[in-house]
Amino acid sequence: MPWIDFLLTPFEYPFMIRGLIAVIFTGVVCATVGTYVVLRGMAFFGDALAHAILPGVAIGYWVEGGAKDAVFWWGAATAVLVSLGMGAISKGAKIKEDTALGIIFAGMFALGIAIISSVNSYSVDLTHFLFGDVLGVSSNQLILIGSFSIGIILMVTAFYKEFLVLTFDPILAATLRIPKRVFEYLQLILIALAIVISLQTVGVALMLAMLVTPAAAAYLLTKRLPVMMALAAAIASLSGVIGLYLSFYANLPSGPAIVLTATLFFALAWVIKMVRDQRNAS
Amino acid sequence: MKNWLKHPTYIWKTAHHKDDAPILSIENLSVKYDTGMVLNNLSFDLLAKDRIAVVGPNGAGKSTLFKVIAGVLRPSSGSVQIYGHEPGGHICISYIPQRTQVDWGFPVTVADVVMMGRISKLGLFRWPKAEDWELSHHALEVVGLADLAKRQISELSGGQQQRMFIARALVQEAELMLMDEPLTGLDQPSKESIFAILDQLHQQGVALLVSMHDLKLAAEHFDRIMLLKGDIIAFGPPEEVLAPDVLSKAYGGHLHLITEDGRTLAVNDSCCEGDHYALD
Repeated sequence: MPWIDFLLTPFEYPFMIRGLIAVIFTGVVCATVGTYVVLRGMAFFGDALAHAILPGVAIGYWVEGGAKDAVFWWGAATAVLVSLGMGAISKGAKIKEDTALGIIFAGMFALGIAIISSVNSYSVDLTHFLFGDVLGVSSNQLILIGSFSIGIILMVTAFYKEFLVLTFDPILAATLRIPKRVFEYLQLILIALAIVISLQTVGVALMLAMLVTPAAAAYLLTKRLPVMMALAAAIASLSGVIGLYLSFYANLPSGPAIVLTATLFFALAWVIKMVRDQRNAS
Repeated sequence: MKNWLKHPTYIWKTAHHKDDAPILSIENLSVKYDTGMVLNNLSFDLLAKDRIAVVGPNGAGKSTLFKVIAGVLRPSSGSVQIYGHEPGGHICISYIPQRTQVDWGFPVTVADVVMMGRISKLGLFRWPKAEDWELSHHALEVVGLADLAKRQISELSGGQQQRMFIARALVQEAELMLMDEPLTGLDQPSKESIFAILDQLHQQGVALLVSMHDLKLAAEHFDRIMLLKGDIIAFGPPEEVLAPDVLSKAYGGHLHLITEDGRTLAVNDSCCEGDHYALD
């Protein structure tokens, strides 16, 4: 049967299998964490954070001589530091929050590109940093991605009700004496780590799509938070898998293929929502 | 981080009360923003069962006062004590936000929102048990929303949204309720149903601090009225506070006083409703 061949052929290659597992993990994690990004209106923060970790990753790449596992830790450390720093700035800044984020975002991104470009051999890798290289995921990296993903999902589950109150009604969180700052920063760290594990999949430039697009599509389709998270995770992983096939057969770069698929899912959700609203109105 | 250590209720659940202390005691409280002084040296006490309406023009500091009492804002100087202690460590205060401050598109049901009031009682890593669900169902019955428990919150009317927050305060076992303009934008039947519930809460000994623009309703439903404009202009029974010469100190030219058939009408136009108060 030709369609089975169509589906199975890519997986004769081990790098495709590793890529498949990676996109499913990162899809689930980014979409789940991205639910908070969408509900709290932190899309710009997420984008800024993704771009701002580039210098850390670049220095890691330089110091470690290109060892990918080591670069992961550099990325993770940078992401946590930058997220905490940006969280603090958005509280204490004398200028508007989005302006402050914009300055850091662009400055750090420029620094990252400068570091990468200053060594000639990086030119190929630069596109990998920017747009991801899911087919280049190593087994060790996959273990890191998997364990961080499970860790993040466990945190989201364990602190579900605290994050819910913090996101929906920060004043209630304060009157209930929930340690607001602690959970706020924890939420930022989870977003940062989700970004780091997706670095290899979609890259810095398209990261925002993984955080925001599936969650936004799910938001249109449901009015319950747990359902929204599950739906967003499903849409994101499915986009990842379909994107990989597109990448394999149409010879597209994997990151953009995944993001385009997710965008189509969003459009579909939009249409479903419109039809539903119209039916309810009539 | 330090705040968290200072307010350990969430982890150790130790909201101790001094029984003889007033439920709320405010001394020389001032709040200053970058833009200027919002609250200037307020002092007053609140006892259990007190029903107080807070009135004053927009920007008088009503919301700021509530947020300081709730422990969300730190005062620039002065002290807020709840049962003889600082706001931290108490979860017996419930703050009901203005409806415009809530994200009504948020993917939660009415029952979800009410359950949020239980979170501190549950503690870390615990999920609601059968008794918690029973409690929140009961609270929804009290406010007459049991049938709507599974609805997404944007499907409620204005009055129902307000009642949902009251239900949340009930499961929180609040002893002091701060309501920020709960009546704004509600029709007459909705207002009446809210007052019916507030009367019930009053019977149970809950202290109420409610900000509003409608002076007539303030006089009808509350024991004392606080007239606020940065300072406390007046604080006492309605007939004292709502005297035209007192009111004009807060509202100035924004309050139209009309003499009609030998009665003085104070028409409050600082808000949107154009309600009026009749003085005999």
